[in-house]
Amino acid sequence: MSVKYVYTKCSTHIFFYYSGVKMKKIPSISRRSFFKAAGGAVCASAVASRKAQASVLSEELMTVLDISKCIGCGECVAACKESNAHKYPKVKKPIPKMFPPRVKVEDWSDKKDVDDRLTPYNWLYIQSADVEYRGKEYEIHIPRRCLHCINPPCANLCPWGAARKEDSGTVRIDEDICLGGAKCRTVCPWHIPQRQSGAGLYLELLPRFAGNGIMLKCDRCYEKVAEGALPACIEACPEGVQTIGPRSEMIRYAKELALEMDGYLYGLHENGGTNTVYVSPVPFEALDLVVEKGKGKPHLAAVSNSMENEETLTSALIVAPLAGVAAGVIKVISDIRKGKRYD
Amino acid sequence: MTNLLVKLWTPVLVMLGITGMGQMPIFKRYYVADIPGLGWLGEPYIVHWVHYAAAAVFIFLAAWFVTVWIAERSEITATGWIRMMLLALLIVTGYVRVIKNLPDVHFSPLVTMLIDWTHLFFAFLFGVVALWSVITGRRHYVRRKL
Repeated sequence: MSVKYVYTKCSTHIFFYYSGVKMKKIPSISRRSFFKAAGGAVCASAVASRKAQASVLSEELMTVLDISKCIGCGECVAACKESNAHKYPKVKKPIPKMFPPRVKVEDWSDKKDVDDRLTPYNWLYIQSADVEYRGKEYEIHIPRRCLHCINPPCANLCPWGAARKEDSGTVRIDEDICLGGAKCRTVCPWHIPQRQSGAGLYLELLPRFAGNGIMLKCDRCYEKVAEGALPACIEACPEGVQTIGPRSEMIRYAKELALEMDGYLYGLHENGGTNTVYVSPVPFEALDLVVEKGKGKPHLAAVSNSMENEETLTSALIVAPLAGVAAGVIKVISDIRKGKRYD
Repeated sequence: MTNLLVKLWTPVLVMLGITGMGQMPIFKRYYVADIPGLGWLGEPYIVHWVHYAAAAVFIFLAAWFVTVWIAERSEITATGWIRMMLLALLIVTGYVRVIKNLPDVHFSPLVTMLIDWTHLFFAFLFGVVALWSVITGRRHYVRRKL
């Protein structure tokens, strides 16, 4: 699968980003690498001319978060809100009451400023933990958002085709067709997507009886990336916590970083693999014990592959038609031997 | 054996219909999953696994019936043709959906949406035609029984 991106310009922010300390520490991750993965290998040379460029996406994009650097300043959270404000749901009030009454309306439209958890209007927040590890005190801050799974259950189990994975590795929910059933939130191991009632397609169908709004979560600033720019949270970070690039290079970088700090990885194998990897000097089991968890506040526990059983059952679906034909042939041969005529 | 396979046909299709509807979060919403013994209908992963498993049994049965039908060359009824066509479309869209759910496989947003919607639409049509066939006494697919 590949897609063509058309570039109208190259962001100067990328120059800024790649001219930082990060380049010195990880020479294998170059501006060229990011453009290559994002489909703009020739984009750098087009800065002056600003000519539109088209190329083909070669690899999924992955982000690595060095949480030893995060100071919890919240710049990324603010940048996310500002950059994505135009995507936030336009709620039509009064929001229809749901039937049956057990179905609750979820309205965050008057609480847009909440930034200490994930909400439909806050797709990234900072989780904090004070821990002691190997006799040393750590104050750890962890930017939390969708991890963009390699095989996302939210997209696989969405019955409406509203959630999907894209060629860039970004997992997106199409707000134009989402009905807000929240199945994506239920099946997500971290329960990341958040619902806003009173907006979306369900209002045009049977608003009281089916659906309940739209689901929202980080879309990794897909439109900025398609234009060759960085996601807002990465661009805004004063500490260079996040790095984005081709998956293979990012995995190498994350492992090198973990080795360098004698640290730990989270996200590389969780849920069968994600396109977000956290690198921490403290084990994630220890962090999971102390971070605040709950609605809109995801855990940091190990997660096995949610789609494992489906992958196994796929084998049965491959064998089934072959076995059926074989059984049918055996029956026909058996009937012929018994003297039955097939004309 | 033949009788067993024939008897499995309707229950398997009913199970596919129920678990297919269960892909939408309606059973929990409308208290069906509260009925003792039906709690699993409110568990998205379990409903999904059962749908896969029932689909595998159904595909086996369909392949068996088609193989025997080709050998027998039985005459297919009008409602039989309609149902077979709809089932074929359901099988094709279902397999595409299964492929999409594999790691490292994804389709364009439009294809992803169309596959879901067409699978749902064909299932709805099949349900309507199957019910109509039963109500009007046209339940047989072929004139001569397999």
